[in-house]
Amino acid sequence: MKTLSLLWTELIGLFVDDEFLALAILGVVAVASVAATWFHAAAVAGGILLAGCVVVLLASAYRGARKS
Amino acid sequence: MTWTIAGPAVISAFLASSVEVVEAFTIILAVATIRGWRPAVAGTVAALALLALLVVSLGPLLGQIPLSVLQLVIGVLLLLFGLRWLRKAILRAAGHIALHDETEAFAKEEAELREAERQKISHLDWMAGITAFKAVLLEGLEVVFIVIAVGAGRGLIVPAAVGALAAVVLVLVAGIAIRRPLARVPENTLKFGVGVMLSAFGVFWTGEGLGVEWPGADLDILAFGAIFLVTGLGAAMHLRRADLKAAS
Repeated sequence: MKTLSLLWTELIGLFVDDEFLALAILGVVAVASVAATWFHAAAVAGGILLAGCVVVLLASAYRGARKS
Repeated sequence: MTWTIAGPAVISAFLASSVEVVEAFTIILAVATIRGWRPAVAGTVAALALLALLVVSLGPLLGQIPLSVLQLVIGVLLLLFGLRWLRKAILRAAGHIALHDETEAFAKEEAELREAERQKISHLDWMAGITAFKAVLLEGLEVVFIVIAVGAGRGLIVPAAVGALAAVVLVLVAGIAIRRPLARVPENTLKFGVGVMLSAFGVFWTGEGLGVEWPGADLDILAFGAIFLVTGLGAAMHLRRADLKAAS
């Protein structure tokens, strides 16, 4: 049971390491999704997705650097 | 299918899988060094059997999921996975977290097993087998995810699987030949490159799942990769310079 729970924790850890980064990525996808589905602006959604990911990556890396 | 389409999937699966297989091999080698090849091979075979069972039983379900949903789910998982790798690679390159060292990982695993041996734990072979099992299962799951992630969105599972298989064969042949942790594999550089590629695939698939028609089609993956590469290298360089400035 302990091994299974450890495996599960490590499995989640593959995707979520820095909670800020994970939540920010989901936020960017949510905003892009709203642009694509509600406003029918798929091209804008693509731009939001790419720019948003670059911004959250930088924000997370600089946060990590400040903390270390 | 052209190389322009299949190439990035094959290369990404190969590079990402190499990193995972090197990590699993280090632990298997540590187990074999301390307790012999029997528990190491038993743990490895059990994990591979479980992985095969998972792939065979869950694999066909992928075909039942609508393509846009599959692209969106895989895209988001790739973003979580790839940007996490890239963030760590930036912090490693900037000197904010320690570089991953296979020799160190081997020594740590070896020390843990030696400590268990010293304490005369009776079920040591079992424990060693479980250690190998866990390592192969976890790293193997990552390889399976990578193959699905870079291949499923465009029917490129087979080329991606070939890339991953080539990585397994290459690492095993090299590992068996030198019988030491593969410390000279430029793992940190590979991780930077893989983080860039997986993030690029993540943006592409997520966008496709949301109905975005990328202007350059599949070639945009390379453009996204270039953007993430420049961003990552620029951030690492800037952080390093800021540290040097603060220190002087």
